[in-house]
Amino acid sequence: MSATLTVDQQELHPNMPVFVPQREARPVIELDHIHKVYTMGDVEVHALRGISLTIREGEFIAIMGASGSGKSTMMNIVGCLDRPTRGTYILDGDNVSELSKDARADIRCQKIGFVFQGFNLLSRTSALENVELPMLYAGLDTAERHRRAGEALASVGLEGREDSHPNQLSGGQQQRVAIARSLVNDPALILADEPTGNLDSRTAIEVMEIFQRLNRERGITLILVTHEPDIAQYAKRVVIFKDGKIKKDYAIDDPRDAAEELRLLPPVEEEDDDD
Amino acid sequence: MNPLIIVRIAIRALVRNKMRAALTMLGIIIGVASVIAMVSIGQGAQASVQAQIESMGTNLLFVRAGAQNLGGVRSGTGDTGTNTLTIEDLEAIRREIPSVAMVTPSINTRSQLVVGNLNWNGSLQGVSEEFPGIRKWSIQSGEFFTAADVRIAARVIVLGATIAENLFPGTDPVGQTVRVQNLPFRVSGVLAGKGEDPQGRDQDDIAFAPYTTVQKKVLGSTRVQIGFVSAISPAATYTAQAQVTELLRQRHQLGPNEPNDFTVRNMTDIAEAANETNSIMTLLLGSIAGVSLLVGGIGIMNIMLVSVTERTREIGIRMAIGARSSAVKTQFLIESIVLSLTGGFIGIMLGIVASLLIPMMLGWPTLVSTAAIIGSVIFSAAVGIFFGYYPAQKAASLDPIDALRYE
Repeated sequence: MSATLTVDQQELHPNMPVFVPQREARPVIELDHIHKVYTMGDVEVHALRGISLTIREGEFIAIMGASGSGKSTMMNIVGCLDRPTRGTYILDGDNVSELSKDARADIRCQKIGFVFQGFNLLSRTSALENVELPMLYAGLDTAERHRRAGEALASVGLEGREDSHPNQLSGGQQQRVAIARSLVNDPALILADEPTGNLDSRTAIEVMEIFQRLNRERGITLILVTHEPDIAQYAKRVVIFKDGKIKKDYAIDDPRDAAEELRLLPPVEEEDDDD
Repeated sequence: MNPLIIVRIAIRALVRNKMRAALTMLGIIIGVASVIAMVSIGQGAQASVQAQIESMGTNLLFVRAGAQNLGGVRSGTGDTGTNTLTIEDLEAIRREIPSVAMVTPSINTRSQLVVGNLNWNGSLQGVSEEFPGIRKWSIQSGEFFTAADVRIAARVIVLGATIAENLFPGTDPVGQTVRVQNLPFRVSGVLAGKGEDPQGRDQDDIAFAPYTTVQKKVLGSTRVQIGFVSAISPAATYTAQAQVTELLRQRHQLGPNEPNDFTVRNMTDIAEAANETNSIMTLLLGSIAGVSLLVGGIGIMNIMLVSVTERTREIGIRMAIGARSSAVKTQFLIESIVLSLTGGFIGIMLGIVASLLIPMMLGWPTLVSTAAIIGSVIFSAAVGIFFGYYPAQKAASLDPIDALRYE
């Protein structure tokens, strides 16, 4: 079940040349028989029942499953927000399964970028300052923070919106600020939890386009949690959870290409630049 | 992690919500301002009493007939105790004690002063020609009576400003005649006004005549209630007091076990007693205001607690992004310290402004106290730490997963 399927897609997509994960690419995440048991009163709830999964550098993986399937628990553990009850988790070569709260905070700061369904930006705070936040906690100096935050915003197409506050931005723009924020500390992986859940379908495609581009051009490892099968089709690999176990794990030979789809969509008047 | 960065994060978080920050500070602002205003009222009163006392001269001694504080037993009317001080005693003090510069008896009575169809009931004091020097009175016009006037019991009188105004409205009283108990007195001078004493009594409602005149012609009695003695310097006051006591005991032929039948007090002791009363007053005012400062601190805790709940999601975001719990805790702690200190500084400004306005609007003297300012700064920082700690602890103990899910 825990087979790693990294498919050489060069032949399938000759137009996607920049980064292709190799069969031998370095593993970013190695989960080995991860169990998670919650105790609620007298009842023990087995949220995860022995998950083993390897995700290699440069992968773009979609995690699917109904609610209660254990995918959220799994994401919390992978995101170092929680610890497994049993099993080992090796992130970027380090065993993080038994780290303290503070050590996990440092790992999240350095190695993981989060993108959430509800954007989770700080209100009344400019886009630039939102993007700077992880670097503040990483202790970077002001000049470096400004430079990197500006670059990250530019890379998600938000040049010139640095001083906008979240309430002055559309949902898609807010999610792009959040993506920029997840990028700035050069993480080993980006965890996107239902990133398109609050967006209309066109904006969802725009966001997926950014993810695909980051994955393709910069080789960023991406984990996307979604319950929408058609969103999962943008990934290169899909893992389906059921009852705390991995039910299916397969490669997508021919993922949807968000950039291509955007080109084919009828152009809409720019709805988001007049606020 | 660099604490300066957390300070920055905390200040940014406060600036994001200026209205809430301002309201939170209000309690501290009012608390600190009232502490400073109250303490400066107290200190102002103290300083003015002090100044009054110093204007009488710190080298002043009072010699009073009768023993002090003996439960009223010896101070009954007709008691020999109140007749124990004589003019001869005072003359001996003047003559024999080298640390004494000047001496005057003071024989007090109230008397009707009449000029033509005007009359005035005022205090009449019989004193020696040294009185103005001892009690620091200055003459406005004319002159004080002389030693010769005292010797011959001349019918001369020196008027205080209030009496002069009332008996001689618009004219110069010097050289004119005032009738006291139907005896004509020549006005030799008018004293400069002293204003009210700390108890609000008019010090200028007074007239002075030679004590010999008052004893023989007004009262017909040789009683001396009180003598004022001026030591040669403030430093010699205590020596003079001891020597006066020693001399009077000798003259009154008191045995070693007999109590004094007179009382010698010095101005410094009286000043200290007055100071003590005022200190208690200041402390009382200050602590009432301090309660409002405490309430302000509780206000900060209140808002910070609400703020932790309201900002649960923000805390979750910060933690997910990589803030350690200690960073979140420090942030909240710094937020409350910044709030209370900023409130404290604004309060100090307001308190100083109030202290400057009170004398103008209410006529009370005030004195801004550095100790109160420093105390308020320390107290507001302490309030910030004390009342900020629990909310900060609460914020830090949040679980990022739950916090992110919080709606």
